[in-house]
Amino acid sequence: MQKNNKAIRFGLDVLILAALFTLVQYLITTGLLNQYYQINLTSMCINIILAVSLNLINGFTGQLSLGHAGFMAMGAYASVIMTQMWDQPFILGLLAACVVAGLGGFIIGVPTLRLKGDYLAIATLALGEIIRVTLQNIDYVNGPAGILGITKMTTWPWLFGATVFTIVVVVNLINSSYGRAIISVREDEVASELMGVNTTKYKVIAFVIGAMFAGLAGAMYAHFFYIIKPETFNFLKSFDILVMVVLGGLGSTTGAIIAAIFITILTAALQSFPAIRMILYALILIIVMVYRPQGLMGNKELSRRTFGRIWGGQK
Amino acid sequence: MSTIMEIKNLEKSFGGLSAVLNFNFHLEQNELVGLIGPNGAGKTTIFNLITGVYKPDQGNIIFNGENIEGMAPHVICTRGIARTFQNIRLFNDLTVLDNVKIAAHKNVPYSFMSAILRTPSFFKGEELIEKEALGYLEIFKLDDKKDELARNMPYGEQRRLEIARAMATKPTMLILDEPAAGMNPQETRELMNLIAQIRHDFQLSILLIEHDMSLVMGVCERIYVLDYGQVIAEGKPEEIRSNKKVIEAYLGEEVE
Repeated sequence: MQKNNKAIRFGLDVLILAALFTLVQYLITTGLLNQYYQINLTSMCINIILAVSLNLINGFTGQLSLGHAGFMAMGAYASVIMTQMWDQPFILGLLAACVVAGLGGFIIGVPTLRLKGDYLAIATLALGEIIRVTLQNIDYVNGPAGILGITKMTTWPWLFGATVFTIVVVVNLINSSYGRAIISVREDEVASELMGVNTTKYKVIAFVIGAMFAGLAGAMYAHFFYIIKPETFNFLKSFDILVMVVLGGLGSTTGAIIAAIFITILTAALQSFPAIRMILYALILIIVMVYRPQGLMGNKELSRRTFGRIWGGQK
Repeated sequence: MSTIMEIKNLEKSFGGLSAVLNFNFHLEQNELVGLIGPNGAGKTTIFNLITGVYKPDQGNIIFNGENIEGMAPHVICTRGIARTFQNIRLFNDLTVLDNVKIAAHKNVPYSFMSAILRTPSFFKGEELIEKEALGYLEIFKLDDKKDELARNMPYGEQRRLEIARAMATKPTMLILDEPAAGMNPQETRELMNLIAQIRHDFQLSILLIEHDMSLVMGVCERIYVLDYGQVIAEGKPEEIRSNKKVIEAYLGEEVE
C-alpha cells in the first residue's frame, strides 16, 4: 500500500514536470514566448540553480559563503574552453564545469571551512575575488576582455534538465541521513561531532556539491549570453545570490526557488524604470526583510502536504 | 569484570593554569562511577578530554585496550563513547525524532549515492533508522512527542532527549554531565531509575558528574572527588561521605 503511494506520487511528479516542460517548449516553438521572455526564463532557471546550491552551503550547512560567483566563473570558463576552444560537445562542457568548480570548491573548502561565521565569509569573499582576478590575468581566456561569440547551446531542454537535476539532488540529499548530518552541523557543530558525525567531511561535501552546481549554472549562463568576462562574476554577483537565499529563507529549498523567481521577475519588471531601479529594488528587499525577517519561507518547505492542507482541508 | 577504561597521568592546562593534573582513573564493565567536586574543579574538562573535544597535554586514555587520546571526537564516538552536556546541546530547530536519527548516522545503512538516487536500499535503510530511533524514544517515554521541535520541549524532557540521543549512538560507555541539573526531586528520582534501567538493559558503563549529592550517593558504586584538577579522594560513597579532605574541599577548613 505504502509502496503504491510512493509510486503514484513519483508518477505524479514526473507528469507535472513533463507537462511544464512541454508547455514551455510549445510556447517557444510557436513563438508565443519571444526573445525577451526567453532571456528572463533563462535567468530565472540559472538563478534557481545558484540559489538552491548556495542554500545548501549557507542555509543547510550554516556556513556563510560569499564566493559563489567565483565557482560560477570557474564553471563558465571551463565549459567554454571545452566547447569553444577544444570543440567538444555541450554535455562535456557541462561536465567539465561541474568537475572544475567542484574541485575548486574542494581546494578552497578544505582550508577555509575551519573558519567560522564572519571569518569564513571574508575568506570566501576574498577567494571569489582571487578567482576573478586570476581569470583577468590569463591570456588564454583573453584576460579582462573575456570570451566573445560563444555559440548558443543553452536551450530550454538543457536548462530545464539542469534546474530539475539540481533541485532533485539537493532535495534528495537533504532528506536523507547524510542531509540530517549536514543540518546537524548548522544546529550545533560540537554536539554533531560528538554524536559521531564527521563535521569537517560534511561541510566539505556540502561546499563541493554547492560549488559544482554553481559551475553548472555558470556553464548555462556562458552558453546563452554569448559573452563571458571576469567582471561578470564579481562579488556583487555573489551578493545577488545571497540575497535570494536570505529572502527565500535560510534552509528552505522551496524558499530559494521562490525567491529566485521573485528576484528575476522583479529585476525584469524594474527595467522600465532605469533611473530608480536600484532604489525600488532595495526598498522592496527592505520591506520584505522587515516583515519577514526569517525570509519568505523561514526554514519551512512548501510540499504536497502544504497544498493538501490548503485545498484538501486535511493534514 | 574487566576494565573498560583506564586513564593514566592525564594532564591538561590552559595557558599556565592546570585544569587537570595527574589524573588517574579506571572504569569497570557495567560500573557506575561518579565524578564530583566543587565548581571549577576540572570535571567537565576531563569529560572533554575523554571525548576528544580537548587534546590532553600528557597522559593516556585507554578504552577497550586502545589509546584514544588525541583522536577526533567523531572517531571516539564510533569507538563506543557517548555523552550528554552540562548546558543542553540539542539540535534545536529539528524534531525530537530527527535529533535521535542524527545519532544513528554513524551506522548509516545506505551509501551517499543511493540517497541521491533513491534506491531501494535508501528506503529500507530509512525505515530501519526510523524504527530504531522510535525505539529509543519509547524507552525514554518521548515517543508521543516525536514531531515536536526540540526547542519547544520542557527542560526535563530535553535532558531525557539528550540521553536518548546519546544512546542512539549505541555506546558501551555513557558519560553524563550533570543529568539532573535543574530537575525537581520527583524528576531526579525518575531519572535515577531510568539510568539504572538503561545501564542494566544495555550493559552500559556509566560515568557521571552530578551536584545532587543524594543522586550521587544513591546510585554510584564508586566516586572520584576532584579539587583543583586533582583527585583528592576515591572510594565507595560511604568512604567519601566521611573523608576529611572532601569535607574541607566543599565546606572549607576549620578555623583554629
